[in-house]
Amino acid sequence: MIDIQNVSKRYGDAVAVQDLSLTIPRGEFTVLIGGSGSGKSTTLKMINRLIEHDSGRILFNGEEIRRFRPEEIRRRMGYAIQSTGLFPHWTVGRNIATVPQLLGWPAARIAARVDELLHLLGLPPDEFRERRPHQLSGGQQQRVGVARALAADPEVLLMDEPFGALDPITRGALQEEMRRVHRRSGKTIVLVTHDIDEALGLATRLVLLDQGRIVQAGTPAELLTRPANDFVRDFLGRSERGIKLLGLQTVASRLRPGETAEGEPLQAEGSLREALSQFVAHGSERLPVVDAHGRPAGALHFADLLRPAA
Amino acid sequence: MPTSRFRLAWLRDPLPWAALALAALTFGMPWLKPLFAAAFSGLDRPLYEQESFAELVLSHLTLVGLSSAIAAAVGVGAGIFVTRERGREFRPMVESLVAMGQTFPPVAVLAVAAPLIGFGETPALIALTLYGLLPVLRATIAGLEAVPAEAREAATGLGLDAGQRLRQVELPLALPVIVGGIRTSVIINIGTAAIASTVGAKSLGSPIIVGLTGFNTAYVIQGALLVGLLAVVVDLAFARLGRRAGRWRGSTSP
Repeated sequence: MIDIQNVSKRYGDAVAVQDLSLTIPRGEFTVLIGGSGSGKSTTLKMINRLIEHDSGRILFNGEEIRRFRPEEIRRRMGYAIQSTGLFPHWTVGRNIATVPQLLGWPAARIAARVDELLHLLGLPPDEFRERRPHQLSGGQQQRVGVARALAADPEVLLMDEPFGALDPITRGALQEEMRRVHRRSGKTIVLVTHDIDEALGLATRLVLLDQGRIVQAGTPAELLTRPANDFVRDFLGRSERGIKLLGLQTVASRLRPGETAEGEPLQAEGSLREALSQFVAHGSERLPVVDAHGRPAGALHFADLLRPAA
Repeated sequence: MPTSRFRLAWLRDPLPWAALALAALTFGMPWLKPLFAAAFSGLDRPLYEQESFAELVLSHLTLVGLSSAIAAAVGVGAGIFVTRERGREFRPMVESLVAMGQTFPPVAVLAVAAPLIGFGETPALIALTLYGLLPVLRATIAGLEAVPAEAREAATGLGLDAGQRLRQVELPLALPVIVGGIRTSVIINIGTAAIASTVGAKSLGSPIIVGLTGFNTAYVIQGALLVGLLAVVVDLAFARLGRRAGRWRGSTSP
């Protein structure tokens, strides 16, 4: 879908991105991660031409992005940023309608789309449509920012540290929301973050950058189990690698169906990382598991954490 | 909302009262003639009667309206231009040019303009326009620069082109500040327009100047009262306009 080929970007003497090549496949949730100055944000902004690359080529659906008007390409890619950038003088509804308005959609279609998106992001339309951004909490503002980015059903969604300024609970809720949006829409998403847990939780493809180059790219599990070098190992948190690996898998994947056990039940949809925490906290080696509706589903043994997935 | 409270709120609003006082004084000044005659018993003619006060208010407003409209249009236009990518390098030049316009005392501009252009409205208009430019330009630049960088980045990132970004995002967000600048400019010009009578432009300054040269204090008071009231009414009207322009901020003032 997006093909970045040997792209470089310099600011004076400083190199922001150096000979970077990356393919972003359709439908993937690609997360660009790295420290500050790694070039992750620059890479993202070169895709919608907020930053123009110096050399190399960037292809969008096989076509060089410089062949399009910048406005045209931006309207085909949703864009959400950390501080939301909501327009304070417009209502929530008008903010979400920004791109459909630019594209000249009929009013009725815009209104329907606004309500649909408010619904999708858990903001009751009748309550929120007419509010102004300053009347919303940080988390609600960010939801509106995401809704605005999704409004015209863009082919790609670009997100620049969208949840960076939120408290951990709101952040977690919105990450869950994004996973749901991705599952339901199958949209190609490119997200930039410096938070490794956010990256591991969201990515179907993880790209680790340092000093304007890609250090390693692959699935989160690949990076955790086969880190290319010490930098990757350090970045993923050397001592917590195992725990993070458990965070990628659900209790359901190791479940012993039909078995029973005593104690506080684990959620089948929860991660093995949460299960580990429960085992330690309760000093127990066997815990019951319940499904999403609270019905008993089986049990999990402490030793199962080490067993390869069924 | 109960009607009684609504009526009370209306009564507390100073704008209609000030406007009423201005209208009453403009049209009712002749009836105050006995009052001025009693207060200034030494004067043969205690009431300015060369032109009606309604005429004077009208030509004063025309003078201010025209010059301020030109100053606002040029000031906002220049402010927009020097905050754009291609106009950025002109900013120091434009700013110092406009500052010079305000450094010149209007009397000096009038004194220089009169022999060149002749007496009457034109030199007055030029002086007032030059004088009113600076507050508008400053406010436009300040307002546009205060637009949050994130709003600008989001607008660009969502695909607004430069013109759409200016019209839909930057100008509306800068509007309260710009209106404030125009307000300052107009208020300054209401005061300065009185001086324009020295070069023969008809304004509320006419009775003041005639009064000062002829030692007729009653004339001075009549002119000054109306200029003062006019400034108050226009200022209150702009305050309301400014609140309206900034309504989206949800400020605490009603």
